[in-house]
Amino acid sequence: MLKVEALNAWYGPSHVLQGIDLEIRKGEIVCLIGRNGAGKTTTLKSIMGLLSKTTGSVVFEGQELRGRPAHLRYGAGLAYVPEERRIVPGLTVRENLSLGLVASSLKKREAELIDRTKRIFPRLAERLDQTAITMSGGEQQMLAIARAMIAEPKLIMMDEPSEGIMPVLVDEMFELFKTMKAEGQTILLVEQNVELALGIADRAYVVDQGVIVHEAGAAALLADAEIQERYCSV
Amino acid sequence: MLAALTPDLIAMQLFTGLALGAVYVLLSIGLSLIFGMLTVVNFAHGAFYMIGAYVGLYALSIGVNFWVALLLVPIAVGLIGLAVERVLIRPLYGRGIDYPLLLTFGLGYVMIEVVRIVFGRTGYPFDTPELLQGAVDIWVGYFPLYRLFVIAATAVVLIGLYIFLEKTSFGLIIRAGARDPQIVRILGVDVSKVWLIVFGIGTGIAGLAGLLAAPLQGVAPEMGATILAEAFVVTVVGGMGSLMGAVLAGLLVGVVVSMTSLFAPEMAKVSIFALMAIVLLVRPQGFFGRAGLMS
Ligand SMILES: Nc1ncnc2c1ncn2[C@@H]1O[C@H](COP(=O)(O)OP(=O)(O)O)[C@@H](O)[C@H]1O
Ligand SMILES: [Mg+2]
Repeated sequence: MLKVEALNAWYGPSHVLQGIDLEIRKGEIVCLIGRNGAGKTTTLKSIMGLLSKTTGSVVFEGQELRGRPAHLRYGAGLAYVPEERRIVPGLTVRENLSLGLVASSLKKREAELIDRTKRIFPRLAERLDQTAITMSGGEQQMLAIARAMIAEPKLIMMDEPSEGIMPVLVDEMFELFKTMKAEGQTILLVEQNVELALGIADRAYVVDQGVIVHEAGAAALLADAEIQERYCSV
Repeated sequence: MLAALTPDLIAMQLFTGLALGAVYVLLSIGLSLIFGMLTVVNFAHGAFYMIGAYVGLYALSIGVNFWVALLLVPIAVGLIGLAVERVLIRPLYGRGIDYPLLLTFGLGYVMIEVVRIVFGRTGYPFDTPELLQGAVDIWVGYFPLYRLFVIAATAVVLIGLYIFLEKTSFGLIIRAGARDPQIVRILGVDVSKVWLIVFGIGTGIAGLAGLLAAPLQGVAPEMGATILAEAFVVTVVGGMGSLMGAVLAGLLVGVVVSMTSLFAPEMAKVSIFALMAIVLLVRPQGFFGRAGLMS
């Protein structure tokens, strides 16, 4: 589904990603882990087309995305839940969800898709006409995920979705990821919560200083205390 | 003189202030919309206003009816706005607020000069359309019908804009994009197209304001210069980027100018800057502005 090769990225003069290679197959949950500052967020941003200077190839569903602006990548079926600024504060929950459809070919089915979202996210269903900013951090994160899912993307990339969220909601969120996977959703997940993430993932890549230093099945990595110690301890 | 200050006179002056304020409102919502979305401080806004008056003048001179001109002028001026954004402003995005500011500042002068070359340096009178001549009884006295019309036309524009922003998908994109362009971008929206259209809408409304103001004050190449300064005061008092703020502050400034010209005519022009200073001292972000928007 997604094949990234020799991805390099810069912020001004600083060369942050120095050759990332990774691959995600349909239906997989793939985890990207590594220390703070390793380059996980930058990898997701580069795949989404949000950085001004990158090189290398990003092939998604057989199409080369190089040079395509972010909005066209969403249209191609790539959704992204960023690490911060996930929701639009002044809008209601419903408006935030609608925003996921404004540029989509599924816009005609808005009512039906919002109904489906209400079934999957009962917490949001209760708060549909509330201003999004009045919800708790965890609920806002759920909204961001719901919005990323609403236009039925082929791949969802999530950047530290459990960060700063109440434990009970984190469990709920990971249950949701399992259900999504069972329904065939492909996910690229960046997580600090390594154990929880590897518990639901198929495979994982470890990033350090802008390169992939390790790739393994999730179960194998979960058992590999040494790698975890070396690259993931904060 | 004080003896003549009856409640009726004050009420009349209030209406005069609202009509003046209506023109400020139309200019300021455009400024605010453009600033809120594009972070462009449009110093050419007064020139678009002036162009609106001249396009109206020209249209009427070739026999176009005033009511048709009310539709044509904003469209024509908006199209000029689209071209300006696409060709001149777009290359400057991402370089900081001062580049487009200086560009539009210069552009305003160029537009004025072009109009001077085409239409001459001296102004023209602009006849009030026949249907809107005369005065109507508004209980407290006879008020010029045309001024009432300006207030009503502004209300129609505001209601239309409100419905557009609140009830359409494009409006949703604008409201979201003004808060956070990155979110709408990653949800598939081509933000540069949205900016283009917002600039067109803002300048189109400025053009309409110019046409509406023309029968009140005539048409002259410099007509946009003073009112631009006043519209900026309104935008700052209302809060940069806030439409609600632009509406309230526009009416307030209109009424303050009109009341001071009744009580102390020599103070009328100074009063709005005094008002701005007071508001900024008490509330630096204006009525509805977000703190730290400019930083
Ligand atoms: N906007 C930015 N400008 C400059 N450097 C940045 C920026 N964002 C991140 N970096 C740097 O790039 C590196 C990778 O950051 P990031 O991808 O955010 O790491 P992670 O998500 O793995 O914590 C870090 O060294 C960070 O300091
Ligand atoms: Mg990060």
